[in-house]
Amino acid sequence: MPVPILKQGPFLIASVQAAPTDIDLLALRDELLERAGRARPLGVVLDLTVLDVMDSFATRTLQATAEMLRLRGVRSVVVGIQPGVALAMVQLGLTLAHVPTALNLDEGIELLEDSLGLGDHGGE
Amino acid sequence: MVDRGKAVSDGYAHETQKRNRRRACRWRTAPDLTDELVTHFRELREQLRAKWLDMMTAKGLLEGLSPEEAETESATIYDTCVDCLESGEFAAAERYADRMAKRGVLRGISHDQIMGGMLTLRDVYGRSLFERYLDDPPRLGDALDVYEPVANQILLIVALAFIGERERLVREQQEAIRELSTPVLRVRERLLILPIIGMIDWQRALQITEQLLRAIREHRAKVIVIDIAGVPTVDSKVGNHLVQTVDAARLLGATAILTGVSPEIAQTIVTLGIDLSKLTTTGDLQGGIDQADRLLGYRVVGE
Repeated sequence: MPVPILKQGPFLIASVQAAPTDIDLLALRDELLERAGRARPLGVVLDLTVLDVMDSFATRTLQATAEMLRLRGVRSVVVGIQPGVALAMVQLGLTLAHVPTALNLDEGIELLEDSLGLGDHGGE
Repeated sequence: MVDRGKAVSDGYAHETQKRNRRRACRWRTAPDLTDELVTHFRELREQLRAKWLDMMTAKGLLEGLSPEEAETESATIYDTCVDCLESGEFAAAERYADRMAKRGVLRGISHDQIMGGMLTLRDVYGRSLFERYLDDPPRLGDALDVYEPVANQILLIVALAFIGERERLVREQQEAIRELSTPVLRVRERLLILPIIGMIDWQRALQITEQLLRAIREHRAKVIVIDIAGVPTVDSKVGNHLVQTVDAARLLGATAILTGVSPEIAQTIVTLGIDLSKLTTTGDLQGGIDQADRLLGYRVVGE
C-alpha cells in the first residue's frame, strides 16, 4: 500500500500506514526523492504515529531516506514514534541516529520551521 | 512486562494442587468405612466443635475474632471438612480457603492462628477416632488410613491459600513502591525531572523507562533531566539501560540531561566502558535545569 504524501505549505508530510512492506518503504524513499526535485519542498515530515512496530529494515531505510533528502537540500524529521515502539527499537540497538525527531506532527513542523528560521518561534 | 515471580509461584501452587488431587482418591476404596466416619463426625458435631473452640481459646488462637464469627466460621469449617471426607472432592475447601485467606490476610490474622486452628481441629477429629475404636486396633488403623489423607489434604489447601495470598499482597506492594519511588516531575512547560533514588535493578530500570516515555508523550516534554545523585552504584546493565532510556526519549523528540553523577559512579561508568558520550551532563540538578532552559530557549535543531 503506497504511503500517502500530502503537501502542507512548504513541507511534505508522509504518513506511513500500519505494517508497511519493504517495498512500500523503498517506494516512499523513491517518491520523496523525486518530489524533492520537482516540487522543491523545504522539509519533509515522516509520520510514524500509526506504526506499532519498527524493524531494522524500516529503520535503516528511513535513515537513508533522510540522508538522501539532506543531500538534495531537504530537511526531514521523524515524528509520532509510540513509547512501546521506541522502547523496542532501542533494545534492538535501532536509534535512528542523525535523524531529527519530534513527538508529533505539530512539533515536527515547528522543528522544521525553527531550523529554517521561519515562523515566529525565535529560532537559534 | 512479565512478572516472573508471579508466574513461578502460581505454577508451583497449581502443580502441587494437581498432585494432591491425584493422591487423594485412594480412600474411596473403603466406602463403608468412609460412610461410618462421616456419620460419626456428623453425630458428634456439636461436641467436637465445642471442644475445638475451647482448645483454640485456651491457646489464644481466637484473638481478633468476635464470638459470633468464631461460631459461624468454626461451623462452616467443620462441615466443609466432613463434606470433603464424604465426597472425595476438595473444590469446596479450596474455595473456602481462598476466601478465608483474602479476608484473613487483610485483617492481619496471623499464620499461626490459622494453621494452629486447623491443626487443633485435626487433633480433635483424630482423638475422637481413637476413642471410638479403642477396642478394635485393626479397625482404628483402617479408619486412620481413610481419615489422615483427607485431613492432610485440607491442611495443605489452607496453607497454600494463605501463602499464595500473602505473596500476592507483597507483589502488589512491591509494585506500588516501585511506582512511587521514581516520580516524574513536571517542573516547567516542556521540562521533566526524573530524580532516581536508591538501587536500580533491571526490573526497576525498565519500569522507569516506560514511565518516562509515557510522561514525555503526555506532557509533550522536550527536555528531561535525569538526576542520579541518589543512586549509590551503577553496574554495566543499568548503565546500558540508561543509554537506552536516553535513546528512546530522543525518538520521542526529547533531549536528556544527566545530573548528579557521583565520583564513584563516574569512575564505574568509565571503567566499565559504558558509552555516555551522547548524553549531556552537568554536575548538579541546578546546572541541569539551567542547561534545560537554555535548550528550550534556543529550540535546538538536529540530534
